[in-house]
Amino acid sequence: MAPAVPRSGDAIFANVERVNAELFTLTYGAIVRQLLTDLEEVEEVNKQLDQMGYNIGIRLIDEFLAKSNVTRCVDFRETAEVIAKVGFKMFLGVTASVTNWDTEGTCCSLILEDNPLVDFVELPDTCQGLYYCNILSGVVRGALEMVSMKTEVTWVRDMLRGDDAFELQVKLLKQIPEEYPYKDDE
Amino acid sequence: MIGAGKMKQYTNVLDKPLSKGRQEVSLSGFAYLFSELVQYNQTQVDNIGELERRLEDAGYAVGVRVLELLCHREKGNRRETRLLGILSFVHSTVWKVLFGKVADSLEKGTEHEDEYMISEKELLVNRFISVPKDMGSFNCGAFVAGIVRGVLDNAGFPAVVTAHFVPVDGQQRPRTTILIKFAEELSLPLLLAPGPVSFCVLH
Repeated sequence: MAPAVPRSGDAIFANVERVNAELFTLTYGAIVRQLLTDLEEVEEVNKQLDQMGYNIGIRLIDEFLAKSNVTRCVDFRETAEVIAKVGFKMFLGVTASVTNWDTEGTCCSLILEDNPLVDFVELPDTCQGLYYCNILSGVVRGALEMVSMKTEVTWVRDMLRGDDAFELQVKLLKQIPEEYPYKDDE
Repeated sequence: MIGAGKMKQYTNVLDKPLSKGRQEVSLSGFAYLFSELVQYNQTQVDNIGELERRLEDAGYAVGVRVLELLCHREKGNRRETRLLGILSFVHSTVWKVLFGKVADSLEKGTEHEDEYMISEKELLVNRFISVPKDMGSFNCGAFVAGIVRGVLDNAGFPAVVTAHFVPVDGQQRPRTTILIKFAEELSLPLLLAPGPVSFCVLH
């Protein structure tokens, strides 16, 4: 069989089964509301959303690799581009842009102008400390951890907090060397 | 923090144009999210009944909003005031928008006058879910039952809505039936004009 060619985010998204984004948006809203009621502290909600995202990320990476045919990225720059152009597109139907690189090439920002999580959303005064989309940072962190990259993902700008875009900063902490659980001669 | 340095521009939801509802996300993206909803709620309960109730509550919150959104966008700011009208609104309009298709069937219960059933061969939320044996009759469709209850309740038709698996001959997977039992106060005369709707008499 010929080696599989990496597919573009658009091509994959066009081929997967899709659902109305409003169902997704409203369901996410219901989750956040439930967490706010249960946990009371906004900080705890941020943490729980991040954890949920992490749980999703570590599962989602398998589907991502299976459907995208993406091969090993040469550096973190390529990784970030792939997340922004293929990863986001394939699951959320939107793309992000990558900017604000540091000189070492280990820290950058993913900018989302369109974000299906936040339609119909406005933060009340009591929730000003809430990172409403914190699930996304967890997804990115979880997915990258499964491909041997420890990262720190934080929100820099948030439209729900009055900024002009959603900016997610992804910082590569370290590459974990791959450990094989089996020996070569087995 | 707020207002420090740069201008903050808080957007008001009502100032933004209402989306046409054509945007989509991947089904698996939704499935991951839904699975997290179920898993999180599992950590918060001791029994299946409680879990279903919590999923139903989450769905209810969606239903309330769906009713408002669709009445505005699809029905020109009108909402159904008749029982059969609202049922067919749920079965067709709501289903079509949320799940991309009209529900497989809408039937009236044969044993009780006030019961109706919406059935779906493969409910979207149950697509990737298999219920472990020890969880008995648990059905994640409780979330959808909650959506239906949210729509009906806020349209002035309080009801008890539950989701059940019903085995189908020759099919490996059971279908899901959403059972709607309307509240007693909706006795026959009220069914015709429920809710606080304003109307004028034309004669």
